[in-house]
Amino acid sequence: MCTMIVEKAAVTGSGRGPKGWFELKEANVSFDHPQNAQLDHALNIDFVNHELGLDKRVAVEMSADSARRLIVAIEEALRRGEEEEGLDTR
Amino acid sequence: MWNSMQTDSFVGQTSEVVTIKGYNGDDVQAYVSKPEGNGPFPGVVLAHHMPGWDEFYRETARRFADHGYLAISPNLYSRFGDGDPPDVAAKVRSEGGVPDDHVMADLEAALQYLKALPSSNGKAAVMGHCSGGRHSYLAACRVQGFDAIVDCWGGNVIQAADRLTAAQPVSPIEYTADLSCPILGIFGNEDQSPTAEQVDQHEEELKKHGKEYEFHRYDGAGHGFWYYDRPAYRQEQAMDSWNKTFEFLAKHLS
Repeated sequence: MCTMIVEKAAVTGSGRGPKGWFELKEANVSFDHPQNAQLDHALNIDFVNHELGLDKRVAVEMSADSARRLIVAIEEALRRGEEEEGLDTR
Repeated sequence: MWNSMQTDSFVGQTSEVVTIKGYNGDDVQAYVSKPEGNGPFPGVVLAHHMPGWDEFYRETARRFADHGYLAISPNLYSRFGDGDPPDVAAKVRSEGGVPDDHVMADLEAALQYLKALPSSNGKAAVMGHCSGGRHSYLAACRVQGFDAIVDCWGGNVIQAADRLTAAQPVSPIEYTADLSCPILGIFGNEDQSPTAEQVDQHEEELKKHGKEYEFHRYDGAGHGFWYYDRPAYRQEQAMDSWNKTFEFLAKHLS
């Protein structure tokens, strides 16, 4: 597709790259050609801090089905964790 | 043609990275491959694909040099910093892509560099794959001096109004009247961008404007079927279209 379409989310947290942990700034999400996954199209997420350098990136590329399962898993993990701890992070 | 060199006349080649002045006078790296000898040789300007200025383009440049062409591949992402190609491409995507105006100026500078080489025969094509096919089409319409274009499955040559951006403000198909050279188009019929219907539309637009074109559309192939590192690779279709590329360039750049 070569779309260059990207959805961005500000991220507070840390990512671990080849040289260790670094502070994350944002996640860039696209559905486009992957660099490595053996798929024609993939849901790609780049967790980055470009202020620290282009290599401050944790990249994942997955099938659309995988991405949908991940969304469900994230929602469920948040729900159960908040319930268990009595938290409301919204 | 592939593997048709004579063993008693193999020639070597050299490759190097040079710096050219692109858009706004910016320094732009370029990978240049040249056959040994005085020439005169035709040239090919390679517009790299969305994954970046990567190993595929270095290899493609050397392949053209092996077949008697001067080849240059400018780093169209040079303004986004250095790193490995996936990291650089991720940065470019995070900013919505590289502006068309920058690419046009960079490709024009690459063309001028090639034509100024002492071994140039004064003729050159522009060629690219994926987003590089789109950029090649734009360049063949907007930049003067190309003698042929090879568009390999250029996505978004037909760009819907709601997909236009500040970086890509005009759908390339709108420039078709200005196309200044013959075009070879190579497409997979299972591609989603461009779809077979979009290739039909492109062909109709070329006919409407009386342009010289040659389209080859392959069954059993989708997007990126020359990429031997990807599952999309299709050996038979890739080799046939490589040969058609060499035939087309020999016809128009001799």
